[in-house]
Order: sequence, then C-alpha cells, then structure tokens
Amino acid sequence: MTLSQSLQSASLTDPGRVRDHNEDCIESRPDIGLYVLADGMGGYNAGEVASGMATSLISDGLQETWNPRESERLGRDQAKADTERLIAEQIARANNAIFTTSQNNPECAGMGTTLVVTLFFDNFMTVAHIGDSRLYRLRGDAMEQITRDHSLLQEQLDSGLITPEEAKLSQNKNLVTRALGIDPTVEPEIHVYETQVGDSYLLCSDGLSDMVEDEEIRLTLITLRSNPNLTVQQLVQAANDNGGRDNISAVLIRVAEPFGVPRGWVARLKALFR
Amino acid sequence: MAKLILSVDGQVLKEHQLTKERTLIGRKAHNDIQIDNLAVSGEHAAIITILNDSFIEDLGSTNGTMVNGKPVKKHFLQNNDVVEIGKHKLKYFNDAPTAATAADFEKTMIIRNPAKAAPPPPKPAPEASDTQTNLKPLAAEQTATKAPEAKPAAAEPTMNVNTSPPEPKPMAPPPPPPPAPPPQQPKPMAQPGASAPPPRAPDGTPLREAVIQVLSGAAAGRTLDLTKNLTTIGKPGLQVAVITKRPNGYFITHVEGATYPTLNGASLGAQAHALSDHDLIEIAGVKMEFFYKP
Repeated sequence: MTLSQSLQSASLTDPGRVRDHNEDCIESRPDIGLYVLADGMGGYNAGEVASGMATSLISDGLQETWNPRESERLGRDQAKADTERLIAEQIARANNAIFTTSQNNPECAGMGTTLVVTLFFDNFMTVAHIGDSRLYRLRGDAMEQITRDHSLLQEQLDSGLITPEEAKLSQNKNLVTRALGIDPTVEPEIHVYETQVGDSYLLCSDGLSDMVEDEEIRLTLITLRSNPNLTVQQLVQAANDNGGRDNISAVLIRVAEPFGVPRGWVARLKALFR
Repeated sequence: MAKLILSVDGQVLKEHQLTKERTLIGRKAHNDIQIDNLAVSGEHAAIITILNDSFIEDLGSTNGTMVNGKPVKKHFLQNNDVVEIGKHKLKYFNDAPTAATAADFEKTMIIRNPAKAAPPPPKPAPEASDTQTNLKPLAAEQTATKAPEAKPAAAEPTMNVNTSPPEPKPMAPPPPPPPAPPPQQPKPMAQPGASAPPPRAPDGTPLREAVIQVLSGAAAGRTLDLTKNLTTIGKPGLQVAVITKRPNGYFITHVEGATYPTLNGASLGAQAHALSDHDLIEIAGVKMEFFYKP
C-alpha cells in the first residue's frame, strides 16, 4: 500500500460569512503523506501572504528533502528523528523567509501565521504546530485534541485562572502566544504519534474550532466517517451556520489501511511486485 | 473597555473605567474605587483585568462580596453582572463588540512575552512587575521588529480594537507559564457530553420539528424524530444518506453507496437538497416520507 492509497483525505477552506478574503491556506501532498494548514494574520492582504508562503515553502521543502521510502532503509526510530528534524528545518526556513519579506515590504510588515503540519510515514505521524490552529484525532468514537494551543486562553486554563466553562465566555480567544514569521526565530512544538487503522485526523483553523463545539465536530466525524469530502463540507457549513465570523479551514485524513513500510526480505520482494 | 457603575439605593454615585490591570475597591482612601462606609473593609475586593476579561476577587473582607446575589471568592465577570458590597452595588458593563466591528475585533493577534526567560512567579501573582506581557496588533510591529525581544514592556503596546482603545498600558499579569504538558498523551476532551449551546444561536425562530416515517419494508410505520443536527438513514455499506438540520431547514445529502437515493423519484446526485413537507425518499430499497410535525 502506498501512502496515498492508505490515507483518504479531503480538505476545504472558506472565507466564512464576515471576512471578505481568506487568510487561511492549506496544502496536501498525499504522495509523501504531508498535510499543512496555516491561518495568516497581518494587515491588508499580508495574512494570506504569510500563510501562503508557509504552506508552499514547507510543502516544497519537504517534498525535496523527505522520501517516504527512506524510512525502509532508515528504520523506524531514525525515520522519526529525521522527520522531526526535517520539519523543524523547513519551519525555520519558512519563518526566515516570511520574516525577511515582512522586513523588506512595508505592506507586509508584521505579518505572521499559525501552522499545523502532519507528516505520515510507516504507521506513524509527526506533528508540528505553532499558534492556535489545531489537530484533532478521532479514534473509535472518542475525539481528542492532539495539539495544545499556543494562546493566552490556554495559558490561563493551564494556570487554573479560568475553568474550561469560563473559557467559552472569554473575550480573549483571538490572542496567540506564538506565530510563524514575526520574529527571526520561532519555536515549533513537534511530536510523533502512532496511528491506527480507522483513525481520522482533522487539521483546522480557529474559524472552525471557535464556531463549532467539539462535541458537534466529534459527532460529524463519526456520522460521516465514510465520506471525507462530505465531512469537511459539513464542518465548514456548520461553522457558517453558527455565524462564520472567521475564515474556516479543515483538512481531514482517514487512515483506511496500514501504511507500514515492508520489512524483511519476503515483504520487500512482495512490495516489488505490487 | 469594561466599566463599573457604582450606586447605592438605586442612586448612581460614579462610573469607573477598568483601565488598570488591578483595580482595588475598599473603604480606605488609597483604593481605586473608594466606598466610605463601615460595612466595607479597608481593602475589600480587587478586579483583575486581562485584556478584555475581568475577574473579581474578594480580599478576605469582613462582610463578603456578592455577585448576582451569591457570595463569591473569585468570579469571572460577565456583562451586566451586579457586584454587591454592603448596600453598594457595582454593575459591570463589558460591551461585546458590535457586529460592524466584530470582524476586526476578533482578528487573531500575537501577544508577546518579553520576559519569557524570567523565572515564572510561583502562583498567579497579582503584581505585574515580574512577567509583563505586551499585546500589540501585528500592524504595529514594524517598529518593533529590529529587536523585538529586547523591548521594554511599556514601549508601545497598544490595543488595536475598534472600541475606543484605552491609553497604551502594560498588560495584566499573565498566568505563570503552563506546566509542561505530557506531550505524547493528548488530553481527552474536557467534557464528552458537552451540553453547551452553539456559539451563536441562529437568528430567527427555532426550526420546526420534523420526522421521517418509514412507508415500506419491515420497519413500515416507524417514525424517526430529526432532533439531531445530523441523522443518517439507509444501510451502512450499501446506501446511506444524511439529513442535516440547519437554521434554514432540513437538507438531505448522499453519503455512501454506488448509487444515489431518490427524492420524489429523482436521483439525489452528490448535491445537498432541501427537504419540503411530505417529500418522498427512497433509500436502500425503502420508501420514507419527510414531514413537519403538526
């Protein structure tokens, strides 16, 4: 099974019902198991410049530097370490490019973007994120938020200043504590997770997670599990029905088949004739 | 900007804008809001304001602090809350952004923490001397980009919101940095059975209740209430459709199966279709009728 056969994916981005342009940007490279989502910020059209640079630079960079077949040769632990390192390098490169552009173009001054990157390989997934764009996982009927927002609200929650119930009423939802491209360096959060057949992974911008309750996202992922395209359409529609106050983006990846690399000479031989 | 209106026996005494990160209320003269009454403790309560949110904390007062009739130790203030201290009332106003400004108001902004490297305060200390956080919109960033980390806290933080911003000020005491979460174990959702309402109620009247009644096959005569936002019908693996309950009505969409279900005899196709009263659906060989409850 190749990655693109094992992983079913669908994605959708929408300006929402209030904003006149879309500062979110998504990019999928199923052949290398890469899915990227960015939510830009900054005046005029600078937000979409930042998110567009982030998704294309990181995707192109990984396409050049990462070969999923490498993980056969490398072994699993080395592949995990390599994906983490390569993603960190591409994020640093994108950060530098966005920062330099904002320094040299007054109309782009201060632009930045949130980021979620998922790279699937050998039944594992490396996840990097910056800011408040999220990755959720549906396993069985349980949904978990895999990424932890880099936001003021999350810090207040962690310190116990406010409760999760109070957080829903907070007016400080829009403040992130990290973003790509606003400083000469950035610190992404990167982890590796094991995947299971049947898992669904949802990358989304805050235009979805702020407008649609987690429970409704969960029920949508479960109810429409067999149809990823319809799932992302339904999620975007639900965010719009609830007001659509921000740009809405969703990338859904479903693990339909295992995608472990062939190990041992019999498996490799079989793989040759597939 | 949030404000408090102080009144006693229905008579307004004064209005106080919550511009400081820590506003003291008490009987003694040094308080920001002084209430000269013996029922009020010297330092009775404090209001901590973090950007757009305010919290009230009773400072161990003799006679206590009430919010909306209930005694509180700490409380996250919401628009129109009434704080009672003795016979005095403080009404809290925090106008939500108007629809016109909401778009700009809610734009994602970055909040900086120049003192990131400083040791974290042991607990959410109210004094802001330690770790100050700058908030600034990214548009104001160009001046800061040369040496962003070295900026003094009060250099040019401005709150760029459309609701008449206050003068620039250093931001409220941030909570201590989060204890490093165990990264490999994503935390389960806080409340699996979330019962909270949607973020924004759809405008207009609630949607009329509707049902699906099975007309043929073994289950003929059975009805299914369309109470959930998404209701699937059909046979999994064979042919499935979903009925979506939306603010503007009910819609049916094909989900899975090699062939499409029919609506009033016509193939559904891949698109969503609005359902009208007494529409006939045929799915996985079973006929059903959609109708609104009388």
